[in-house]
Amino acid sequence: MSKTVLKVENLTASYRKNYVLEDVNFEIAQGSLTGIVGPNGAGKSTLIKTLLRLHPPITGTVDFYGLPFKDAQRVIGYVPQRGSVDWDFPTNALDVVVMGLYGKIGWLKRPSKAHKRLAYEALQKMGMETYANRQISQLSGGQQQRVFLARALVQDADFYFMDEPLAGVDAATEKAIMAILKELKSYGKTVMVVHHDLQTVEDYFDHVLFLNRTVVKHGKTLQVFTKENITKTYGGNLRIHFAEEESHVVHPL
Amino acid sequence: MWSILYSSNFHWVLTSTLILGAAAGMVGCLAYWKKQSLMSDALAHAALPGVIIGFLLIGEKNIVYLILGAAISALIGAFFIQWVQSATRISEDTAMGMVLSIFFGFGIMLLTIVNRTAGGNQSGLDSFIFGQAASMVKSDVFTMLTLAIGVIVIVFVGFKEWKIYLFDPSFAKGIGLSLKGMNVVYTLVLVTTIVIGIQAVGVILIAALLIIPSVSARYWTDSFRLMISLSALFGGVSGVLGTFISAVGNGWPTGPFIVVVAAFFFVISLVLGKEKGILINYLERRSQRKQMLVTPSPSIINVKGGK
Repeated sequence: MSKTVLKVENLTASYRKNYVLEDVNFEIAQGSLTGIVGPNGAGKSTLIKTLLRLHPPITGTVDFYGLPFKDAQRVIGYVPQRGSVDWDFPTNALDVVVMGLYGKIGWLKRPSKAHKRLAYEALQKMGMETYANRQISQLSGGQQQRVFLARALVQDADFYFMDEPLAGVDAATEKAIMAILKELKSYGKTVMVVHHDLQTVEDYFDHVLFLNRTVVKHGKTLQVFTKENITKTYGGNLRIHFAEEESHVVHPL
Repeated sequence: MWSILYSSNFHWVLTSTLILGAAAGMVGCLAYWKKQSLMSDALAHAALPGVIIGFLLIGEKNIVYLILGAAISALIGAFFIQWVQSATRISEDTAMGMVLSIFFGFGIMLLTIVNRTAGGNQSGLDSFIFGQAASMVKSDVFTMLTLAIGVIVIVFVGFKEWKIYLFDPSFAKGIGLSLKGMNVVYTLVLVTTIVIGIQAVGVILIAALLIIPSVSARYWTDSFRLMISLSALFGGVSGVLGTFISAVGNGWPTGPFIVVVAAFFFVISLVLGKEKGILINYLERRSQRKQMLVTPSPSIINVKGGK
């Protein structure tokens, strides 16, 4: 049995007056690669944001490594949705990756050559080194996602949260990202990914967390990724929801 | 009428508008990427009642108290904008429009009352509307210079923090940057820049000195560092040239001239700018089209029909 690195109890969160998450309970084991799936509006992004204190919870406890959050924060990496930033911002790919090191560099200090080298290596790992000096608005969607991944890699965190990293990216990028996730897992790192494509869940993740405002089912993919649980999460006819999910790829939550 | 140009006081005034323009250009870049260009306009207008109330309480035109009054008034305006959009169904732009006009109207009302009372006319409070750089005395200039340099230092020292705060705030928070703290510092430098600018540029036009240089700078570079530097340069030069021109004409307001100079730089940047300037865009498109014509391909249909 590997040790538990995240324990969530009785977590509730809301936007304005609507409860988006209610009584969420689950535990995550070290080294697991978990896909969070559920229909649009199920609270997948909110769950990640609430766990990372980017969104305030109403009730409940979130326990990372049994540490106070300030300390746990150091070992957590976060990859936001690609659409959450303005890609017209005047900066290049390398610079965005260096941002992943800001915490380590220390506030009010300048990044050194060594930091830039680390960032360049992370870009190399994502096959993006030729784009290091490219203005970020001139990158394709898939390339932007790889830059975000590189920024997360350079953080060298123990626990990664990724919000729809595969949304709207080309097949090559999807492959590259999944290879990196598997590699992270092989180093004993824990990864939770908001995922939108039910058809690839079995190939990509060893654990699944079905979410629809609360945890519908959570466990090893082999055991819990069943038609019954999918129907329970998405409600109604399964096939319709496959189609619906695909059409939503362009506008993530 | 040229004699003013040789006075040492005027040289100090020029220095102060140079540094003010540079500070405004830098802070303007922050506001630009925080997508709050209009916010600076609302806060500038909201500063007026504070200036007048500051004068009423002290009874003289002491710049320290007037700036303090302006800052308090602008911060109350900022607070109202925040509160209205979080507590009511009114959206941010509407909230800004309301705060801008209500505070400004209130300020003008107070100004009228002060002007009716004895001594009000001589106080030169009118110059806070359109700015009167030449009316500044040495102590005004020193107060302004100190605060403007303070603002520049804050932007400069926290350069990397500003970048991540503006580009990706949620990631910034994830790696331990306090967004609340950054918001406070941001509001403070914005309000400081506005209030030190109102004597030279005036409440109506100070926002232009924040908005225009940063937009002009965007046309020349794809680097945030260079954008801030260029914006500071455009702002500083606009400040100096505008002040200079307005001083030549006796008693001309400074604000409008500074804004016209800034707008002149903007038009040049818009047309000649290296990054998506009109001329470069046109030339690039033309050469692309030529290439297409030399090597005909099915996509030529798109070129003719589309962009």
